[in-house]
Formats: sequence, structure tokens, C-alpha cells
Amino acid sequence: MKKAEEIFELIKSSFPGVTVELSADMPTEPIISVDPLKVHEICKFLRDNEDCKFDSLMNLSGVDDANGEKIKDEDDSEIIKGGTLSVYYHLHSMSLNHKITLRASAPRENPEVESVDNVWKAADWHEREAYDMCGIKFLNHYDLRRILMPYDWEDGSYPLRKDYKNPEFYNGMKVPY
Amino acid sequence: MGLLDKEFSDGNIVIAKTEDLFNWARLSSLWQLSFGLACCAIEMMATSASHYDFDRFGVMPRPTPRQADVIIISGTVTLKMATRIKRLYEQMPDPKYIISMGSCANCGGPYWEHGYHVLKGVDRIIPVDVYVPGCPPRPEALLEGLLKLQEKIKNESLRTKTA
Amino acid sequence: MALRTEELILNVGPQHPSTHGVLRLEVELEGELVVKVKPHIGYLHRCFEKHAEAMTYPQVIPYTDRMDYLASMYNNFGYVIAVEKLMGIEVPERVEYIRVIMGELQRIASHMVALGTYGLDLGAFTPFLYLFRDREKILTMFEMTCGARLLYNYMWVGGLSHDLHPDFVRLAREFIQYFRPNIVELNNLLTYNKIFIERTAHIGILPADTAINYGITGPMLRASGVNWDLRKNDTYSIYNRFDFDIPVGQGHVGTVGDCWDRYYVRVLEMEQSMRILEQALDQLPEGDINSDLPKRIKPPVGTVYQRVENPKGELGYFIISDGSLNPFRVKVRGPSFVNLSVINELSRGHLIADLIAILGSIDIVLGEIDR
Repeated sequence: MKKAEEIFELIKSSFPGVTVELSADMPTEPIISVDPLKVHEICKFLRDNEDCKFDSLMNLSGVDDANGEKIKDEDDSEIIKGGTLSVYYHLHSMSLNHKITLRASAPRENPEVESVDNVWKAADWHEREAYDMCGIKFLNHYDLRRILMPYDWEDGSYPLRKDYKNPEFYNGMKVPY
Repeated sequence: MGLLDKEFSDGNIVIAKTEDLFNWARLSSLWQLSFGLACCAIEMMATSASHYDFDRFGVMPRPTPRQADVIIISGTVTLKMATRIKRLYEQMPDPKYIISMGSCANCGGPYWEHGYHVLKGVDRIIPVDVYVPGCPPRPEALLEGLLKLQEKIKNESLRTKTA
Repeated sequence: MALRTEELILNVGPQHPSTHGVLRLEVELEGELVVKVKPHIGYLHRCFEKHAEAMTYPQVIPYTDRMDYLASMYNNFGYVIAVEKLMGIEVPERVEYIRVIMGELQRIASHMVALGTYGLDLGAFTPFLYLFRDREKILTMFEMTCGARLLYNYMWVGGLSHDLHPDFVRLAREFIQYFRPNIVELNNLLTYNKIFIERTAHIGILPADTAINYGITGPMLRASGVNWDLRKNDTYSIYNRFDFDIPVGQGHVGTVGDCWDRYYVRVLEMEQSMRILEQALDQLPEGDINSDLPKRIKPPVGTVYQRVENPKGELGYFIISDGSLNPFRVKVRGPSFVNLSVINELSRGHLIADLIAILGSIDIVLGEIDR
């Protein structure tokens, strides 16, 4: 059983030159921030390392941080420029019984994060959902398409982004109440 | 119902209007399309199970739309599902009836405001005969909805379909 | 000249009696054999996460009800303890006990539907009627406590909406008395039925390592022989006070991790839930349930991931708070969502009729898969 700080030190020493940060000021769980383009490598390490053995991915969530600049566009609705979109990974080791949380933040304009679906199969559908809802692109995912929304839903329209605007009609059906 | 009760006991001849006879036959054996959408479907299942027994009103689940008389929209209709429901409805032979069960099917229910993927009422795509309110409606409420539908069918005429 | 053959694509659903809701399976068939199953979900996507962002913390609770509508109590349970953890609230003893009692009753009710409809899928109609008859008794108890049969909105952050009905404890004890022999009856009727065993033993075998890699949890993981239950392994609320066993699949009639094992683990779990219930009813303390109910629910800035053992597996709530009255983000890790993703692995090489048996044994609820 290891603490998040120890795992953080382990990652830091094993991946020199890769930016990792630990934010331990969160009241309930410390979060390790990692480079979105190194996630795959780090996750594989965390799964296979004898001291970590993170054999199960509990949860993977896409989040719109909404920390960019908020500007009004022509029809007076708010859109967000800049800032980041994040992916949170909740890992757990069933054999060693410890948990950590990873975060990978990618720029909003080009949100590219490496896929971990060949590390844990569980990531497959979670990543598709994060793509569907927040528009985060997972590199090297074998089948990245919408999962919950219809396949013909408007391109570039991701419902869980904070500046999402609902269309008036979909396939001739009125959407608002 | 009650129209022809005990009329056959002595081998009598029964005289009835074709209209009444057809309506009676129709309303006494409504086969529902066995098809559930969301939470309400569980209450619909409970209605057809042992405690409430939908069968005693002649309602029987039928998995194919080609042989169903009534479709109970039991739950939230999403935009992705709406086109499929419309197709199911179109595949049913006339005369066909629709019971909209629960708030979601009636008007979007609790998802009316922020539900970007919820159709706010199934009556936007297909015509509804009976609305059953509730979230979810109790089995008794669904039974009441069915009785209302039967009442409606009873007053139908051959020339014009009112229900 | 060889006859030209090609694979057949068959669509099962979204309207199909054995998909347990509105699921579409695109099945690639070679004759009768399944080559590939591609699930298409989202036909019941009701935008839970968007609603959670637009509502205050207590207002989210009714929406959690509507995710896994067969286990609403447990959905409430997971959400409220996640928020309580974020805010650092302790709840009164009596509340903890009542939550466990309700949770375990809900587990029995949910398994009843799972087992009943599983029999229905495989052509056994009677167990469905028997189990739904017994389920009504649990629903009656819920109804007299909080006024609703299916969607309860019963557990609140820091407390409960109502105290127990004066008759509740007596009825719960009577129910346990009544239901124990019915499990034996169910076993004689369905579990050891020769036809049922033929349909389920050696079908859809899930090895333990595949299960863990896919993130499978709940009865499905335990059926593969992994002794893993969050009530014991990552305990929450007051589950560490009770004495109960974790049933695991042993391959009594087939191989470990086959459909029959998944079915039978649920039967055994109902028995264990009743053991917990008995202990909780005995120890139930007196007291005021809502003494510590906070006036304003406004958690500090932070994140929390709380998971509970839902009847179907690990139900996780990931909540990000930005210090306002509304959650910034709520992500739900639904057990059925993850469990369903393994179906291609399970059904490859089986007959098309077995696909129905496999799908039923996963016990999915579409409300939670699509949210």
C-alpha cells in the first residue's frame, strides 16, 4: 500500500523530463497531473510496476474546466476561448489496495490525450463517452466515435462543454420544450 | 364490456349492431406491443405480473408490432429513439392505439428544461389516445388509463375512428 | 465450384423483448455462430450529467433515482455519501442503519427482477410471476416509508426524508421469514432445472483476469471467482459492523464464470442481504434522523470519488465542486455501462440463442448505461 506522494515520486524519478505535478491541497484526494501525450506510457508503467500494480481503472471522466476567457458572441450567448479540458483517471490496485487520481489537461482548441484502452480495456467506452460529451480526442483509440448521442449529431457539438448551445431542431423534431 | 354477458347461456340469438360487436371485440383483447423504454416500463411489468394482472383486461404482450393493437410508451423518449418509435408505430396495423405512460412521455417530465437529448412529449411524433400522468404512474393508474381507452373504443363508429 | 457464403448482420433491438430496455446489438453471424457483437447504446440518454450541473446538490438526488431505476435507493445512497464525504458531515447512527436496511432490501428487490426476467428470457415464465409477487412486498414497505413505489428520493445529504413507519420493522422481519423458503422454492423451480442448466452452464465464460481488465464489478466479477465486494474491501457507511459472506462462483454445474454462476451468485447474495438485514434490524438504534441536516449544502472546492456496491456492481460518483451551490461536474461510473462492454468477448463463438442467455446474465439497466 502506497500513498499518492510516494507514487508521485516514483513517477517523477521514472520519467525524467516529463511534467508531473501533485496537487495535495484538495480536501479529499490528492491529484497527480500528467502530460496528456505521455499518459499511455505512465499508465502502462503504473499497471506493470511491482510497487504499483494498478490493475483496475475505476473511472475515467472528461471534464470541461471552463478556465478560459469567456466572451460574448453575436447572439449574446457566452462562448469560452482558451483554457483546458481535462481527463481524470481513477486507478485502483486490487492486489495492493491503494488508489490514485491522475489528471491530464489538454488545451481546449486542440484537446488531444493519449488513449489508454490497450492498458485497461475498461477505458474503451469511457473514452468514447468523454469524446462524445466533451470532445476530447483520444489518440490511437481504435474506434473513436460517438457513443451516447446519435451518430449523425452535429459535428463539433459536445453537450457537456460549458458553452454548449442546444440546436433548435434535430431531424425535424423540435428540441426545446 | 357487459354488452354480451350471460346472453349466450340459453342458446339465444343475440341481435347487436356490427359497430358494437366490433368495438366490443376490439376493446376486450387489446394486445400491447411488448416494449419498454425506461423506469415506467418496470411499473408496466409490475402491472402485467402477478399482483395487478393486466391479463384480466385482455391485455397481452406481443413482441411484434405487426400483431399489436396498442403501444404503451412507457418512459422517456429520446431523440435517438424517437425515429424508431415512429417506425414501430407505422408498422402496426390499423386500428391502433397509443397510451402515453408517465410524465416523460407526456411532456418530457423532469427532463423538460435541460434535456438536450429528450423529446418533450411523444405526441410531437405520433398521436396519443390516453395520457397517464405520474412519475412513474402506479399500476392502478395505468389500469385506469386502459379503462379510459376501452371507453373510448366503445364509442367508436365504423365510419370514423375517433380514438 | 464452391458456394459463395457471407456473414449475416442481424440487428437485435432497440425494440426486442430480451434486451431489457432499448439496447441495440449489431450481431455478425456465421450461420448460427456469433462472430462479433457490437452494442449500440444511447437510446435512453437522458442527460443526467448536464442536469446535475444545472441543479443544486439536493436537487440532483431525484435524478439519481432515475438512473438505475431498479435500485433507486442505492443510487441515492452513493450520491449522498459522496457529498457528505466532500463536506465532511457525520450522520446520526439511526440514519446509517436505516440506509443499510433500505439498501439491502433494494438489493433483494433488484436481484428479484434480474432473476425473474432472466428466467423469462430463457422461457421460464413462472419464476417471474413468483418473484414479482414477492417484490411487491418490498415495494409496499418502501411505499409506507416514503410514499413511492419505484423512485424514492429517500436519502438526503445528512439525513433521510422520512423516519421509518412504526410497522416497518415488524414487516421487514415478516418478510425475511416469508422469503427464506421462497428461495428454496426458486432453486427447485429454476436453479436446478435441467433445461435451465443446459441453457446456462458452460455458456459465456468470463475469466477473472479479463474481468478485471475490463473493469467488471459486482456479481459478475464474483461469479468469475474473484472475492471482491466493496462492502468489505473498500467499506463505507457501517458495513464493517455486520457479519456476512461474499458468495463467489464455483462452477457447481459448469465452469467458473459461466452464466449459471452469474445467476447463482445473485441467488446467494439475496440470502446474505437478509443476514445483514436481520442484524441491522436487531441493532437499530432510536434517535432523531434529521438532527444534523445542514441548512445549506455548499461543499468546499475539491473533488471526490466515492464508490458503493450497487446490486449490479461498483457505482461510482465523481463530483467536482467549485464551492458554489451547484456541482461543477458529476460523472457517474455506472456498473452496467462497464459490464456491458465485455459482451463481445463473452459471446464470440456461441450460438445466437446463447447470446440472449449471456445478455440476461449481465443484468443491465439501460437507464444507467445511457444516463
